[in-house]
Amino acid sequence: MKEPEILYMERFRILHNDYEHGGDAAASIKSILKELGIPQDEIRRLSIANFEAEMNVIMYAEEGEMELQVLADAVRIVLTDRGQGIPDIELAMTPGYSTATPAMRERGFGAGLGLPNIKKNVDRFEIESAVGVGTTLRYAIFLNDRPRTEEA
Amino acid sequence: MNLRELTTLLDCQVVWGHDLLERRDVKACFAADLMSDVLAFSEPGALLITGLVSLQSVHAADVADLTGILYVGGKTPAEQVLELARQRAIPLLTTRHSMFDVCAILREAGLKPGCKD
Repeated sequence: MKEPEILYMERFRILHNDYEHGGDAAASIKSILKELGIPQDEIRRLSIANFEAEMNVIMYAEEGEMELQVLADAVRIVLTDRGQGIPDIELAMTPGYSTATPAMRERGFGAGLGLPNIKKNVDRFEIESAVGVGTTLRYAIFLNDRPRTEEA
Repeated sequence: MNLRELTTLLDCQVVWGHDLLERRDVKACFAADLMSDVLAFSEPGALLITGLVSLQSVHAADVADLTGILYVGGKTPAEQVLELARQRAIPLLTTRHSMFDVCAILREAGLKPGCKD
């Protein structure tokens, strides 16, 4: 299948332990999507997923890059990080399972809801991880019921 | 009720957002110290009631489209939290009442739980 045309793309860098900027990428993407006239409900779902994903990089990885791709009928995120990776993805996807430290919990995170909540809020979700290398999340929200660009 | 009325009801200090209070109507509230819970279960338009005064409380309220934040137990957010709230146009209130008292008073006043699922 032909790769669909990307109408807008931007990348955001995320650094380990950078709690001070934790949420900036999600907020920037939210503003962009608002300007592009994406419906509010879709923006909310994607922003929640983005904030969770961004905090995961800050808490668990060395660094990461969140790539926003806006298509005609979908908004995609590709988040690649370099870091410890996830040894057991199924376990990490279990609501309530967490390896959070007290410092993370102090900031209101680490309830073991991050990955499950990302999946819950998006229309397509894929995760790949290699221990000692890093993790890649690919997720998207659909702007139509059955976007042609996301069928493959 | 609007946020101005809520401020009176709970003896709140307004940290930021005086000008927005009359225009922000509150029908429902979501109370949590875990931002993970806010992101997973809050309803758009709800007022966030929390004891967590970190920057992430404002980010969570922003991405979840919440109408404002009420910090309980007399906790006051730092200057940079206020600055972020200003950028995102999210009113910040503080009250000396405990989380339990705040929830009880607001429930008594007719507000609903702002939870989904």
